[in-house]
Amino acid sequence: MTQPMIDFKDVYKSFGNNHVLRGVNLSVAKGESMVIIGGSGTGKSVLIKTVLGLLKPEQGTILVNGKDVAEGDRDAFLARFGMLFQGGALFDSMPVWQNVAFRLMRGALKRPKEEAREIAVEKLRRVGLKEWVADLFPAELSGGMQKRVGLARAIAAEPEIIFFDEPTTGLDPIMAGVINELIREIVVEMGATAMTITHDMSSVRAIADKVAMIHDGKVRWTGPIADMDDSGDPYLDQFINARAEGPIEAVR
Amino acid sequence: MSFVHATLSPIGRSTLAMLAAIGRIAQFLAETISHIVRPPFYWKEFLNQLLTIGFFSLPVVGLTAVFTGAALALQIFEGGSRFNAESVVPSIVAIGMVRELGPVLGGLMVAGRVASSVAAELGTMKVTEQIDALVTLSTNPMKYLTVPRVVAATLAMPVLVAVGDSIGIFGGYLVGTSRLGLNSAAYLHNTVDFLEFWDVTSGLIKASVFGFIVALMGCYHGMNSGRGAQGVGRATTNAVVSASVLILTTNYLLTELFFSS
Repeated sequence: MTQPMIDFKDVYKSFGNNHVLRGVNLSVAKGESMVIIGGSGTGKSVLIKTVLGLLKPEQGTILVNGKDVAEGDRDAFLARFGMLFQGGALFDSMPVWQNVAFRLMRGALKRPKEEAREIAVEKLRRVGLKEWVADLFPAELSGGMQKRVGLARAIAAEPEIIFFDEPTTGLDPIMAGVINELIREIVVEMGATAMTITHDMSSVRAIADKVAMIHDGKVRWTGPIADMDDSGDPYLDQFINARAEGPIEAVR
Repeated sequence: MSFVHATLSPIGRSTLAMLAAIGRIAQFLAETISHIVRPPFYWKEFLNQLLTIGFFSLPVVGLTAVFTGAALALQIFEGGSRFNAESVVPSIVAIGMVRELGPVLGGLMVAGRVASSVAAELGTMKVTEQIDALVTLSTNPMKYLTVPRVVAATLAMPVLVAVGDSIGIFGGYLVGTSRLGLNSAAYLHNTVDFLEFWDVTSGLIKASVFGFIVALMGCYHGMNSGRGAQGVGRATTNAVVSASVLILTTNYLLTELFFSS
């Protein structure tokens, strides 16, 4: 069996008395697009943040390419990742192109300003935005455009692993479809490993190679997208068919 | 027993919370200093903050100083006239401005303007995940956000206060010569004669410490802001209140250190 790109081994994380992750075990293979689903507050975002070191798990290990994420050079480690945040998380004090080229203008990947701008414009074009958008500020963009800029920033340094945190939240169905398609195209084109968190079932079907459902702080079900509809798991069935009745309590 | 418990437990809780807060601030301070002395240093951010914190605070510090100097001249003249000591107006205005009022009022005004805006900006960045985004882009938020603000405020405040001191003395001069009938040349002569080098430098050292406090409190409360609009609002208020209280406390301690013999 080949070594997984990301490997969660018995990961626990609590916030006070709220035990969010209670022993998560999950493997994501190289070049695979894994989509994590689950109800609100089940720890999907926490899971991604533990990989990036934004949150520290109390117990368990997370391996990326066989190496513990808690060890080694952080800058070199983070340079392998790109992330699209739920709200875009664009820096509103700088124009769009500087947001996209942020990593290319400082640190180990620093390059001349003109070159960084060229790359930013090219990435913006890749996500369907014209050059004139480059000089606007994030506050001047619509929600869909902000997501695209966030996506361009996530791929600017050609990362090996990309995380997408609720990429279609707050977008109309057409724009959500466009973003889903873009994510799929980019992940395939770059050969990157992707982990996406979403509630949106159309995103799951458009983006996923594999799906993992988190419930009660653990991975309830995981398998290929093709098996999702016939899993026979009552929790997964309730979730993907959006039913109020079932083992998952509607009021949590 | 339950009455004693009910009375003492809130006091114990607040004391523990206060000690925990002091510990967190001390840790933040140590972390900030350790990042100041280690590369990389973001020069562009630093120059940007120098402009925002220093240059754009000039109007508010200048206005505060001119009216304080003017009011001080009136007060000293009125008080001094009770024992025929009107001639001390220029020297007391100058000493009062450069030793105490310039740095303290300047510090408090900058606390209101800068600590609040820094806390609100960083708090909003935290709430909108921009600080998390910085980390994922291999950029340490302490180095990129805190260090430039703290260094800029520490270096800009003495300059601001030096300008404020001059404007304050000028305010006293205007009132002294136009309203109180003091001789213009004698006023200037008295000001220069009685002012010592240490009067000025002690005030500027105080200003530098106050600048450090203002930016540190703004960054600390912003970086640790709670969620939502209420969290950011509370962070802003806490930044201004803690910076102001620390300025007044530190002012007393520095005055003891500099002038008690």
